Amino acid sequence: MSSAVIRVRDLGKQYRIGTHGPSYKTLRDRIASGLRFRRPSADKPVADRFWAVRNVNFDIPEGEIVGVIGRNGAGKSTLLKLISRITEPTEGEIELAGRVRSLLEVGTGFHPELTGRENIFMNGAILGMTRAEIVSKFDAIVEFAEVEKFIDTPVKHYSSGMYLRLAFAVAAHLEPEILIVDEVLAVGDAAFQKKCLGKMNEVSRQGRTVLFVSHNMVAVENLCSRGIMMDHGQIVFDGPVRDAIAMYLAGSDSEPGQDLRESSARRAGTGEARITRYEIIGLEGTLVRAGDPFTIRLHYECRQRVKTPVFCVSILTRSTLPLFTIFTKDLDYQIDEISADGFIDLQIHSPNFLAGSYILHLGITDAVESGWKDHVTDGAELEIAEADVYGSGKLRGASFGVLFYNCTWSLTSSPATLVASTSSGKN
Amino acid sequence: MSENQSPTPVGQRTRIRIVPSKGWVRIGFHELWAYRELMYFLAVREIKVRYKQTAVGVAWAVIQPLFTMLVFSLFFGRLGKMPSEGIPYPLFSLAALIPWSFFAAGLGQSSNSLVGNSNLITKVYFPRLIIPISSVLSGLLDFALGLTLLLIFMAAMGFFPNLHLLWSIPFLLLALVTSLGTGLWFSALNVEYRDVRYIVPFLTQFWMFATPIAYSGQMLREPWRSVYGINPMVGVVEGFRWAVLGRGNPPGSIIFISSLAALLVLVSGLYYFRRMERTFADIV
Repeated sequence: MSSAVIRVRDLGKQYRIGTHGPSYKTLRDRIASGLRFRRPSADKPVADRFWAVRNVNFDIPEGEIVGVIGRNGAGKSTLLKLISRITEPTEGEIELAGRVRSLLEVGTGFHPELTGRENIFMNGAILGMTRAEIVSKFDAIVEFAEVEKFIDTPVKHYSSGMYLRLAFAVAAHLEPEILIVDEVLAVGDAAFQKKCLGKMNEVSRQGRTVLFVSHNMVAVENLCSRGIMMDHGQIVFDGPVRDAIAMYLAGSDSEPGQDLRESSARRAGTGEARITRYEIIGLEGTLVRAGDPFTIRLHYECRQRVKTPVFCVSILTRSTLPLFTIFTKDLDYQIDEISADGFIDLQIHSPNFLAGSYILHLGITDAVESGWKDHVTDGAELEIAEADVYGSGKLRGASFGVLFYNCTWSLTSSPATLVASTSSGKN
Repeated sequence: MSENQSPTPVGQRTRIRIVPSKGWVRIGFHELWAYRELMYFLAVREIKVRYKQTAVGVAWAVIQPLFTMLVFSLFFGRLGKMPSEGIPYPLFSLAALIPWSFFAAGLGQSSNSLVGNSNLITKVYFPRLIIPISSVLSGLLDFALGLTLLLIFMAAMGFFPNLHLLWSIPFLLLALVTSLGTGLWFSALNVEYRDVRYIVPFLTQFWMFATPIAYSGQMLREPWRSVYGINPMVGVVEGFRWAVLGRGNPPGSIIFISSLAALLVLVSGLYYFRRMERTFADIV
């Protein structure tokens, strides 16, 4: 027996395509099809199945903090769900030594009608704490969340900030031997994120084993010593965290843009013309560093002729705050009509986004803005890598904000003060 | 993390091995017991939320059986002149409606419990059986209130319970077993087949008339009476009525048939649930 705390061997998880879709089977259909032929779908080809995770092997020794990174759909979350026992593997095995607590979301089990106090107990129990444990940590949780005055108020009256703080506070007081965390830091404001990261740092210093999934490379780099990079359900790199991040940022796995036709993309519109995929083209392939110019290329298809189409791109923060929106007609760019497939480029010459991941909304409308032909509000994103934007020799990531500007400082002070401070300096 | 319950040395820890399960799975009573506090919290949450969201609050628990009793008394008792084993008809039907309401509410709520708690199922691990179990248990408060109502009514009409009352406990247990057993089946089916939620209320209505609530089951002769007893709620309702009112006829041998049927439903429900459980998080 190895001393590994997490041991994963030949792990695989297969899903049926469409199991995440909104269409559920009905008993009526099942009974009807059962009557017609004896074994429905028994010898159907396995084409409607895919492996979300496959052939995954790794060992994690005690006290190691491991970051799992990869693009959306690379299998990171599935891997965490398997290790958290939320879903069962299709093949392979996982061996865990110790109490496992997973934090795939903050505030699981919170109910808006219940008070802060009631929700602390509820959420604590769901996360695996005993009643006695919650009682002993209750004051610390309330203090950490800064909600003393509202502890007996139903959480539906909380501000979203208070709600998040309370939810994270419960989770932060778990004492697992193995902690599994998925992207929970992506929510909340900068102060909240800082607080969470501080707590995570504290955990890591106590010698607990942590598996951490995030798109926030700054957080991954700060917290983790080892990085596992996943792609298409497999581990493509397992080693020092810096190398894993470098590989992630290089993103050289020749993705010809993201396909938006699949059902997961939330969209609205009449559909005469649709955006089928988008590409982000930077100076180094798909990698865009903060401050470097880049191009967003929208590929579209036409079902019928669209007169005087207007294209639109919006860039939003993760918390869906719009930062920037531009229409083709804003720049007096006229298109008479589109009737076949094609693409349109939006070149951003001097972007001001700091490192982080942003959401893109992509749309097609017409000159009178009579409504969307197509509007994609889910599934498109923009990743900006860290860069030394001020030329100071330091990388500036998401904890410094969302934007940076070309700017200058200048100090003015009255001569009297200057004399006083100089003279005091000489004494 | 502040008070430092430091990690146990790796060698001394319990190891968990996760592998794909095949075929029938063990129930896992040990783990259920380990998570009993969560079961309690979920039941309490369900009760609190239920009463916070309704205008009349707790009174709801009493209104439902009370009004059903009034309707039954008017139509079946007054107009239909149903024989009621020598007991005033309102008491006769109310004594049956109390355990029946517990069963029907438990079945309805546990059937929808997995779908209703999908946010928990996809985010945290715990034995899934806890969800339908706590749903059924959350009906116990309503039951207690209903029983109080019944006892008040009895006292008003000059009926006082005798030692038979103790028998109401095993009959309540039998109602719980039946409710949980059917609830397990339907909750697991509901995850995969979303029309189950429309089937359950329909089924409950039929089931109510197949149970001696508005009428007396003693009208049946053998062997039909034994066949009738396959419906576990027959044993529950007849037994409970006899135990609480302290009068009328004890259910007799039918109780064995009902108990056996209830156990069969529960055990098969448990195994079916555990078998289906592996895909809950993927499709719910």
